[in-house]
Amino acid sequence: MEFFQGFLNMSGASFAQHMVNGVSLGSLYALIAIGYTMVYGILLMINFAHGDIVMMACYFAYFGITIFHVPWYFTFIGVIVATALLGAIIERMAYRPLRDAPKNSVLISAIGASFLLENLANYLFSGRPMSFPDIPLFSQNIAIGSIKIQAISMVIPVVTIISLLVLLHIVNHTKTGMAMRAVSKDYEIARVMGINIDNVISMTFIIGSALAAIGAIMWGIRYPGITPYLGVMPGLKCFIAAVIGGIGNIKGAVLGGFILGLGEILIVAFFPDLSGYRDAFAFIVLIIILFYRPTGILGERTTEKV
Amino acid sequence: MKNKRDLILSAILLIVLFGASWFANSELDSYIRRIVNLCLIYAIIGLSMNVTNGFAGQFSLGQAGFMAIGAYTVGIFTVPVELRANVFYAVPMNPFIADIQMPVWLALIVGGLLAALVAFLIGTPVLRLRGDYLAIATLGFSEIIRICITNASSFTNGALGIKDIPPLNDVRYIFVVTAITFVFIAALINSSYGRAFKAIREDEIAAEAMGINLYKHKCLAFMISAFFAGIGGGLYGTLLGTVDPKNFLFTLTYNFLLIIVLGGMGSITGSMLGAIIVTAGLEYLRIFDEPLKLFGTMIPLFRPGFRMVMFSALLMACVLFWRHGIMGTREITWSKLIAFCKNPIGFFKRKGAAQ
Repeated sequence: MEFFQGFLNMSGASFAQHMVNGVSLGSLYALIAIGYTMVYGILLMINFAHGDIVMMACYFAYFGITIFHVPWYFTFIGVIVATALLGAIIERMAYRPLRDAPKNSVLISAIGASFLLENLANYLFSGRPMSFPDIPLFSQNIAIGSIKIQAISMVIPVVTIISLLVLLHIVNHTKTGMAMRAVSKDYEIARVMGINIDNVISMTFIIGSALAAIGAIMWGIRYPGITPYLGVMPGLKCFIAAVIGGIGNIKGAVLGGFILGLGEILIVAFFPDLSGYRDAFAFIVLIIILFYRPTGILGERTTEKV
Repeated sequence: MKNKRDLILSAILLIVLFGASWFANSELDSYIRRIVNLCLIYAIIGLSMNVTNGFAGQFSLGQAGFMAIGAYTVGIFTVPVELRANVFYAVPMNPFIADIQMPVWLALIVGGLLAALVAFLIGTPVLRLRGDYLAIATLGFSEIIRICITNASSFTNGALGIKDIPPLNDVRYIFVVTAITFVFIAALINSSYGRAFKAIREDEIAAEAMGINLYKHKCLAFMISAFFAGIGGGLYGTLLGTVDPKNFLFTLTYNFLLIIVLGGMGSITGSMLGAIIVTAGLEYLRIFDEPLKLFGTMIPLFRPGFRMVMFSALLMACVLFWRHGIMGTREITWSKLIAFCKNPIGFFKRKGAAQ
């Protein structure tokens, strides 16, 4: 009975509070998960370094605002550009040479890239946690009735929805997007039809990393401690979010992100005893999904060919 | 005829190496002994990882979790009973286990068996997955194991970790465990099970068509791998003298990944070589972490963290430019060694011609 105390004592206001937290965390997961799902859709590989790209973006923002005193709006644009470039560089260095290699080699290379970024950040920026620059506009508390909400929690879902709409427009209504869809449908045929595969893949990484940068900035404002290993857990969870929604499917990634974010917050809210196991939740969901519906909620069902 | 010769030579080699470990134990200082021990322990875990990743072709990243199980079992059961109240000062130890004390060897075996049991439980859902999914799921489970250990305070002392584990910096002991592991895994790989593992690695569907029970063999490989990872983890715990959940972050698994990639996925002698190179190399690279003064000027590059940058760059370089590692899937065998000793130049020429 004691176990359910959290559940029974929940008031309407605190439930609303948890919902807001859950939606904003879910939106962050969604933004980062899109990068995973796009890369997986095209290259059929997990970009392990994606979480660390998020971490690097946080450091870029820290350096822009705290060290070089650039106004936050310019910094954020710079961060997005720099992070997109970083993503493209990683693809060029770590993944392109292994285009025709066995899948395990690509996987190891991805792990290596992730590990290299973490250690590089640890070396360059020191392992001491730094605090993300405080921007009063976003970090102020807004009171609605009896619940208090940080402004950023309201901004995050809005930014996520705008980013998603822009992305869907790019993917569905531009030539680049058409090329991306063609490559993810059939790599070889797309190449034969004269699509420059390397450019498309670079573009995918650039878009994915730019979204990761947007996610990272908001992540930093919401959870201000920056460490070199900051990106690891969000990275794994966002990949899981992408799998839950159906990997390769952008809307699926967003759906998965929301499920995971809301689930995580609500479980801790209802069952405070389980708060230590919060990070395990995502993995348990992953196992369940892979067991019962390996292609995810929105994924197409495919059969394995010999 | 050849088999008999190989057997005798292997036995002689083992005896010689045991003698060497005896010598090392009595003559070398404790720092060098520690590195030798770490090499041997990493070799055990590298070998265990090679069983799943190299031979059965199932890319698993759960080694750190299985190590944690082994290390904690050893930690919990070998700390002397009278010291336990001291170690478990925040949350008292669970009365079920508070009075059980085991010798190290028994605790190692129990730890290995526990790890294998967990592997069995995990394996049922996880081994249906392939490639990337398997990697992320096993990684996830290794984190879940760690999270459970952090939260089960009455058994594991939570985030505080277990101190006062009787230290075991004995080269002979660890050498014997390594030798047993090596011999067992070598025998396993050359048995019908080993051939089944390789068949699964090459082509799952073809292997299934040939009558190999995929699930059974994958699960077996996974459990054996976990068993030895548990034993290796237990030895790691006794070598450190303390275990805490932070020691078993999944980045620990990357060490063994580098070992098997460098040594060659699917080569047990390669794993041994890889373990020695990586462990000794990581120690040697420590100079990069210390400030270096060259000709009176400080080289700004050298400061803490540089070692790990080099280490991860090495992993990258290895997989980008040298995908098959030192050995690939080949092995060092006695026939090859003898051929090499008879004609060192011709040996490589012949191999070159064959390729």
